[in-house]
Amino acid sequence: MTTAQRFPDPYGHDGGANLADILERVLDKGIVIAGDIRINLLDIELLTIKLRLIVASVDKAKEMGIDWWETDPQLSSRAGRDELARENAELRAHVAELEGARGEVTTREREPSKKEAQG
Amino acid sequence: MSGLRYVYAVCRPFGTPLPRQLTGVGGVPPKQLVHHGLVAVVGQVPEEDFAEQPLRAHLEDLDWLGTTARAHQNVIDALTVVTSPLPLRLATVFRDDSGVRAMIEQREETFLRTLDRLDGRVEWGVKVYSESTETSGEPEASVDTGARPAPSPGKTGSGRDYLRQRRNQRKESEEKWERAEQFSRRLHESLSGYAEDTRIHAPQNAALSRAPGRNILNAAYLVPRAESEAFVELVDRTKDDAPGLRVELTGPWAAYSFSGEDA
Repeated sequence: MTTAQRFPDPYGHDGGANLADILERVLDKGIVIAGDIRINLLDIELLTIKLRLIVASVDKAKEMGIDWWETDPQLSSRAGRDELARENAELRAHVAELEGARGEVTTREREPSKKEAQG
Repeated sequence: MSGLRYVYAVCRPFGTPLPRQLTGVGGVPPKQLVHHGLVAVVGQVPEEDFAEQPLRAHLEDLDWLGTTARAHQNVIDALTVVTSPLPLRLATVFRDDSGVRAMIEQREETFLRTLDRLDGRVEWGVKVYSESTETSGEPEASVDTGARPAPSPGKTGSGRDYLRQRRNQRKESEEKWERAEQFSRRLHESLSGYAEDTRIHAPQNAALSRAPGRNILNAAYLVPRAESEAFVELVDRTKDDAPGLRVELTGPWAAYSFSGEDA
């Protein structure tokens, strides 16, 4: 019934496929049949949404206003976000400090500013 | 002694035996359950893992999910070598064989129709990535946690220079993006010529795929086995066409993306 068994299999098995490829298909694409073991649909939906988020782009997920994974350092490069926020605050403080100081030492510190104005 | 029945796929009867050492979920070899001229490929799984409560808990565990998904895919892969299976979604579980039989009877017509449509076809996955980090180099590194946005030592941190630099960067990346999109569109068009059907999936997030670069195109193609060689060659040929972009081919998969009735 099935046609030729011979066909290229250069990427067979796990070859080129990453976990996202596999989950994308196994979890999201196979045919859905309600078995005897019925998981609460809501739960499944939740899971599917979560994984879709992992599988889908981060931007899209954010559009949806869901960011549960951001707290998970394993999944998230956003673990660095707190870091950025902290750094940002630090820089602001630094700028404020500099601006405060500028009032006193303007001439000495700001010599190169003329060149900038030309450019 | 009690066990549940995990159904991987439904197929037409196939002559070729599955590899003897093939195992599926829980390390258990799958069996064939023949009913009404259809074959359900079934494995026994323990209630401790697949009854409602534990299953629900497991499904939230990405490690468990990953292992189970790979085991599931392992069986589907073996089936794809010998036939064109209709893959079921992960964790389709029945109490016993009679439950599986009842399900087959109930859906017989749909199964047959879909199996006819997929007979002799496989699915190929094609993804296009932009190798963003390599081409644009330093500037984007400022997104990373470590890099301080401090002015580089060479310049005297002129705000205007900085803004101009940023503007150029943005323009560059917009152009790059446009090129990538154009390339992807052309590629998709030419690959569609070999495919009976196509699906465009959401781009993958690198957090899970661990693939470098940004995923731009993530598409699936339903291709007759006989055409597969030409399809693979075509993908291979386009690989060098686009500097800064990477084309990735996966498969042959069972026709996962085309198994729904709406397909």
